Formats: sequence, structure tokens, C-alpha cells
Amino acid sequence: MAQRGESSSENPGDARAGVAEPDISLPQGLSPEDLIDTYTKTVLARTMDERIWALNRQGKVPIAASSQGHEAAEIGSLLAAQKDGRTFLFPYYRDLALKMTAGLTATQVMLSFMGKVGDPYSNGRQFPLQGADLPRNIIQISNVVGAGLTQSTGYAFACKMLGDDTVVLCYFGDGASSQGETHEAMNFAGVHSLPVVYICENNHYAISVPQRRQMAVDDVASRAASYGFPGIVVDGLDMLEVYTATREAIGHARNQGPVLLEMKVERLMPHTTDDDDRRYRPPEELEDVRNRDPVLRLGAFMVEQGFLTADRVEEIKAEALRIVDQATDEAESASPPDVSTLFDSVYAP
Amino acid sequence: MAEKSVIEAIRDGLREEMRRDPSVFLMGEDIGRRGGVFLATQGLIDDFGEERVIDTPLAEASIVGMALGCAFRGLRPIPEVQFSDFIWPTINQLVGEAARACYGSNGALQVPMVVRVPYGGGIRGGLFHSQNVESLFFHTPGLKVIAPGTPYDAKGLLKSAIRDNSPVVFLEHKKTYRLVRGEVPDDPYTLPLGDADIKRQGSGITVATYGLMLHYCLEAAELVAREGIDVEVVDLRSLCPLDKDTVLESVKKTGKLMIVHEDNITGGVGAEIAALAADEAFEYLDGPITRVCGPDVPTMPFAQSLEDAYMPNTEKIAEALRKQAAY
Repeated sequence: MAQRGESSSENPGDARAGVAEPDISLPQGLSPEDLIDTYTKTVLARTMDERIWALNRQGKVPIAASSQGHEAAEIGSLLAAQKDGRTFLFPYYRDLALKMTAGLTATQVMLSFMGKVGDPYSNGRQFPLQGADLPRNIIQISNVVGAGLTQSTGYAFACKMLGDDTVVLCYFGDGASSQGETHEAMNFAGVHSLPVVYICENNHYAISVPQRRQMAVDDVASRAASYGFPGIVVDGLDMLEVYTATREAIGHARNQGPVLLEMKVERLMPHTTDDDDRRYRPPEELEDVRNRDPVLRLGAFMVEQGFLTADRVEEIKAEALRIVDQATDEAESASPPDVSTLFDSVYAP
Repeated sequence: MAEKSVIEAIRDGLREEMRRDPSVFLMGEDIGRRGGVFLATQGLIDDFGEERVIDTPLAEASIVGMALGCAFRGLRPIPEVQFSDFIWPTINQLVGEAARACYGSNGALQVPMVVRVPYGGGIRGGLFHSQNVESLFFHTPGLKVIAPGTPYDAKGLLKSAIRDNSPVVFLEHKKTYRLVRGEVPDDPYTLPLGDADIKRQGSGITVATYGLMLHYCLEAAELVAREGIDVEVVDLRSLCPLDKDTVLESVKKTGKLMIVHEDNITGGVGAEIAALAADEAFEYLDGPITRVCGPDVPTMPFAQSLEDAYMPNTEKIAEALRKQAAY
């Protein structure tokens, strides 16, 4: 776990009552309370993710893409964006942990996965958590990977034209790094020094195609050089390293232009609920990635560094389960969209 | 009133809307100092600067994709696709994304974007500078598709398209740019999207058309008028929304319907209008619904003889009208 930046570990607060003073300096702008809150949200996102998968097997959720293994990259960068306070996000389809942690309730997330009224992204028109969550500064229209690259770059271009100081965070996977529009977007962003941070969540697989069949380089980040801006490899399993790198990247983007962050992550689950990764991933690899689980890693860190007791960790997990249970019940009893809405919003008013 | 060409009317429309609304801006290839390859944007960079008349890299997918992102931020981008033939790299952003953004966000996202597209043939453009691309967009709910044929219509419809909050594909027939001139009011005006215009009153045959073909249809109507065939020419102007009422009213009056377009015949706009008339005006029809369209080849070839063979023209339309009138 990264240990850098300035310490702000003071005022431990009630959450850490009875816990020894941590022997660690936290990144700038991050308090122990932030870390505990982030861990709690991360556990909730993981619990939700696992429940959604189970509900798919019960026939209650038609499709899901899991963010298990991506949580540190998604939530760590989101935390940096929220601490900055002047960002707009274009996530991609695997960003369940990010979209949920951005401020949705567990019930809202579950409504979306079940395609029920109250889905905050599209009211049941799209795959779960796709569309827009404008109250939380998020747009993600589609499943066409790479499409969000040019849209987010345009959004950043417009912010610059309007003279506001918003920085856009654009998320994509290693698969999308092969798309032509990814090149077009980054090229344009470089030409105009746009306020955008490109975040590649590299889990080394585009569905079943491994990285060595996708690109001839080790790091997607190395491509940034050809667009005239920095590309940085980040341990995407390390929440604090992600946070620090993203914070710095946002500042750079606002003042100097784009940054490409490549978060090396692991995909702990198959591509989606419709996939079986045992067809193309060796058993030893699947076992190995389980040992690199970023949520387990963060939990162990929290206990080792004295932010939480082992008992408190168990309480947090139990509370997450209770919240997800309740969300499941509420979403299951919610109404589907009325068929009279089929023709709504084909065109804007 | 002043006489203007289509390209002048479009340029005037752009300038007026950019003056009126600071959120309107242009982006595309060679639109700045060059003024666009057809000079549609000539001089605008002097009026509005390179911040609002933006020369982009030569990369169509990102021109439309970035314009879409700008629209999400509340600006009113007018991306230019230099030739309709180069629109295919933008299809995901235009058909896949922009058309579905409002619906797919349950109305949260609006796309106030006008994609300007010089299109069409009869100019020795060959396979990659002559294409008619409208049927794909016509087929796509979420997009509006405008295809004016006169300077007056081009300016008034362009200004409305810019003010609209849905994505608009604005088709400008290249051959009309300088060939077609007409009176345009000096004072600002707009024309509603979705209203057809009857360009010639008649009682014998309804001809529904748009773009360059409007003018050939009007010429053909004059030719056959001497033979006693009284043609009504409905200029659709707006393909989507389609003014079904005006078409149907005309068909009910004349009892005969012909559709004329340069785009190839199969699955084109004409097929849909024919189906519309068959569905909703069947009792009024006094003969088969006919179409004069481009043939089903991949756009008109470069050689003059082959281009002529492809293009509908005044004589071909007049001949078809004579056959239609015989029923």
C-alpha cells in the first residue's frame, strides 16, 4: 500500500475509538475518516456486485458486468475526483463500483439492475447503470467501447471553451485502447491541451482476448508519448496509490493538459454473467488473481495500520449485507416501467 | 429581398445564428482559413475567430463524437462532414450514440447538434464524392433529417435546426450550392422542421421529392403541363419529421403518387412514402404508386455516360409522368 504525500492523520474520531494511532502518513487531503468511509463504501460495492451476480443466476437480473477486482481503481479515482470537487465523469460499462459509490443508494442500483422504475440512469431502458446520472456529473451512453473517449474529450473541449475549470475523467478498458476513436480523442486532446484524465482500467483481457493479442506494448500508458502528454502506470489494486495518482493527474489536466493513467487491475469474474472465463483463462491464473483481490488488500491494510479492528471490519461487512438485502427486497417489489413510456424522449423537447 | 445562392444562404444562416447565440460554433476539416471546401464557412473565422470556427484533425468519427460531448455540456456544435461520402466513420457516434442519447438517458441528455453534410451527385464526383446517404438516417429514430432544395428553405431550416435540441443531419445537395438561386428575405426568419412545401400546385399527379430533384421535377412538370398533365410537386424539405399530412392530402386530391429521389431505389425514402400512401390513402389511389430513383448500384460512377445513366433528370421524370398519367 502506498505511503506517500503529507500526513493529515489527526482527529481520529469515533469510528476509530479504541484503535491504536496508525503509523502511516496518508496522501494529501485524505483523513483517516475518509479512508474508513471509503473502505465501507468499497465493501458495500463488492457486496452489491456479488449479490447482483447471484440474482442473475436466479433469473432476476438479466445481465451484469462485474467490477470485482477494479474497485480500488474505480473508487480511489472517484475519491480523488470528489475531493477535487470540479470534475465530470465518463465511466464505462464495468464501473459499477464507481457509479454506486458516486452517491447512488443501494436500492437505486438494484432498481437499475432489475430494470425497474427508479433506475436513475435510464429508467429501465438501458443495461444497468448506463445512460446518465447528471446530478452526480456522470454520463455513459453505450456499450460501444471507445465511444466515450471522443464524447468525454468533446466535453472537456467545451469546458475549456466556456472557461470553467472542470476536469473530465474518462474511463475505459484495455479493450477500448485498440479502438480508432481512442487514438482520435487523445490526439485531439493533446493538440488542444484539454483538461481530461484518461483512465485505462487494464485487466489484461478484452473479454477473452489477452493483452498480448491486443497490443505489442507492455503498457497502454506508453502510447501517451505519441500524443504529447504524460502516461503513468499505476497499481490499480492499491487504493491510496490510485487516489494520489489521480489527484495529481487532475491538477495536471486542469493546468497543463491531458494525462493518461493506466491502472493495472485484475478481473476477478468472467467478462459478464453470460461469460465463462474458464474457457480461456488457465486455472492457476484464476486462482492467482483471487489472491490479488483489492478489497481484501484494503481490508488487511485497514487492520494492519490500525484504522479498523478486525471486529469492526466484520461489522462493516454485516451492515453491507443488511443494506443489500433491503435493496434487493425493495427492488424486487418495485414496478416495471409503464408501457405507455415506450415513446417518451425519442426527441428532446 | 435579395437573390442568393444556396451556399450563400447557408453561410448567412450560420452567421446569423452564431451572432445570435454564443454557444453556437463550427468544427470540421478545412472550415477555417480555407472556408470549407465549398466555401460554406468562408469569412466566418474572421467574424468569430478560431475559437468558434475550429479546424479539426482529419478524423471524422471524432469530429462528430466530440461535437456530441460538447452538446452534452450545453453548447450547440455544428460539425461539418466535408463530403457525405466521408460520413461513414461517424456512424457510431451519429446513429449509435447521438440518436439514442436522449432516449437512453430517459430524457436527461439533449443533443443540440447539427451535422452539416454536403451530399449528392451529378457533379462528376464518382463513387466517393457523390453519395446519397439519407436513407440510413431517415431510418433512425432520434435523428432529424433535413434536405432543402432552395436558398430560402436552406437558410430558414438551418436556423431552426441549430435551435433544435435533437441531433439533426442537415443534407445540402452539392449541385444546388451555386446552381440554384432564389429570393431570400433580408430580415431574419426561420422555417419549422417537419413541414413539407407544395412548390407547384396541380390536380393530376402528386410528385413527392426533395433536394436537387425538386428542380428537375418542377422542370418536368412544366414540360408535361403542355400535354395536359397537371402535376403537384410536394417538396418534402424535412425527411424526418416527415410531413405525412401534406403528402396524403395531396395524394387524396390527385389520386396518383410518384416519388422522385436521387438515392438508390431499394429501401429508400420513396419506399416509405409509397407504403404510407398505400396504408392511408388506398381508397383515393387511381393508379400504381411509382418511383423515379437512382438504380441499385453503389453510387453513380465517374464516367459521364455512367453518371448520366444513374441520375434521374428532367426527361426521365417527364417520361415517367406521362406513363403515370395514362392510368
